[in-house]
Amino acid sequence: MADLFTTYVVPVLWIALKIMMIVVPLLMGMAYLTYAERKILAAMQMRQGPMVVGMYGLLQPFADAVKLLGKETIIPTGANKFVFVMAPMLTFVLSLVAWAVIPVSDGFVIANINVGVLYLFAISSMGVYGILMAGWASNSHYAFLGGLRAAAQMVSYEVSMGLVLVTVLLTTGSLNLSQIVTAEHPWWVSLLLFPMFVIFVISALAETNRSPFDLPEGESELVGGFNVEYSSMTFALFFLGEYMNMILMSGMTSILFLGGWLPPFGIAALGFIPGPIWFALKVCFVLFIFIWARGTMPRYRYDQLMRLGWKVFLPFTLAWVVLMAGALLYNNALPGM
Amino acid sequence: MIEAIFFYIFSAVLILSAAMVVSARNPVHAVLFLILAFFNAASLFVMLGAEFIAMTLVIVYVGAVAVLFLFVVMMLDINFAELRRGMMKHLPVGGFVGVVLLIELIWLYVTSQIDPSAASRVASPVPDANVITNTHALGQVLYTQYVYPFQISGLILLVAMIGAITLTLRPLPRARRQNVSKQVSREVKDVLKVIKVETGAGVE
Repeated sequence: MADLFTTYVVPVLWIALKIMMIVVPLLMGMAYLTYAERKILAAMQMRQGPMVVGMYGLLQPFADAVKLLGKETIIPTGANKFVFVMAPMLTFVLSLVAWAVIPVSDGFVIANINVGVLYLFAISSMGVYGILMAGWASNSHYAFLGGLRAAAQMVSYEVSMGLVLVTVLLTTGSLNLSQIVTAEHPWWVSLLLFPMFVIFVISALAETNRSPFDLPEGESELVGGFNVEYSSMTFALFFLGEYMNMILMSGMTSILFLGGWLPPFGIAALGFIPGPIWFALKVCFVLFIFIWARGTMPRYRYDQLMRLGWKVFLPFTLAWVVLMAGALLYNNALPGM
Repeated sequence: MIEAIFFYIFSAVLILSAAMVVSARNPVHAVLFLILAFFNAASLFVMLGAEFIAMTLVIVYVGAVAVLFLFVVMMLDINFAELRRGMMKHLPVGGFVGVVLLIELIWLYVTSQIDPSAASRVASPVPDANVITNTHALGQVLYTQYVYPFQISGLILLVAMIGAITLTLRPLPRARRQNVSKQVSREVKDVLKVIKVETGAGVE
């Protein structure tokens, strides 16, 4: 009995504790991301934003959550009930599951697996199912159009995103996220990676259906897109999933391009600030770019979005992979050679 | 013990969902069950220690192929009852293929039981997982020993892609294409003219 306790119960409790240490700050961060978005957008439009609930409106996210919980869940008569309810749950679960491999600091990661990058890529490519299922199960034309748009959009941007990942992996020689952060490379490699960083951020905007690529929602033409028919908690789960995916993509960007938990530009004097704080600051920086883009850019037209993905990003990233590989080979800087 | 429990859970769900793929009445449900089957197969790969293949299976099949399946199935109004009418006619052929596959699997199992060294003659020597990661090991075999078959399969895929494009690409004479450089190079003085109009004279 004692054997069972030490081999199974203790590790399971320890893992559960570690998961809570990631998930609880994540949910809090997500709640305040909605607040930050409203405040930043307000500042850009010379408004005040939420100011009523709590000091400077700081309790606004909780007021919103309580309001959503108190509403009635409506399932349309013509809807496919099982798929209709599964869709938001799937979106939310997938956005949480991906955090299992994100290293917040040196050694502070739930599962330090060897194929971390592929795992993240796999999970983020599955995110489209929640939206597609929601669009189909709602049995509504607006929702269906939103779902189809989401599917086409995510598939087109995933290809160039994969090629960006290949470029990064060429310079690190490992699929392990912790090793990607700690990998050292010469200064010109960072310079060559900068265009890939820009493309990755834009693809991340498209992947998370954020403005200016928020066509699956497209309020002005599709009412609310794939989530027209959703209300109360089912809508809240979609909402949570979208913001969680934003934080996840920012986390991925900071791990792949911004050096994760390490101080910026390798300044050793800043090393006294703990790793998780640097990681959080970098995530916040990328999140600010997300919101900034929303405040600045008008929505893309659908064919322009497709053109950007297939005719601009795909050839460019493909050429850049070849260029990067050539440059690394020429300078004998390929890792593992 | 834990591994055995998970193995049976994953394989049971895999077999059940595979059975549901062919028996589900709603085509969209069938595709969703197919995705579940892919996912459980990936879990089995992870349990085998083949993490790279597991992730590739999810990325390629779940993330790309099944999305297009679902896309097509949702768009088309397929009458599955109609399709199923010919099932009894095709059953012997399908059954034959199934039996052949089953015999091959049993054959593999029996030979590996009789002669334990048989597996080592077929596959490349497996490196120690502590020394080298799964992905590195795959790459080292794929780009050295099997480089020609690997490149040839790539070429076949390329030919298939070109074939699909030439089959579906047809000229659209009325299509209106966006020329970005033309739009950007438009200037105010080319398209706008300000005219002072005399009262009662009008403009030509």
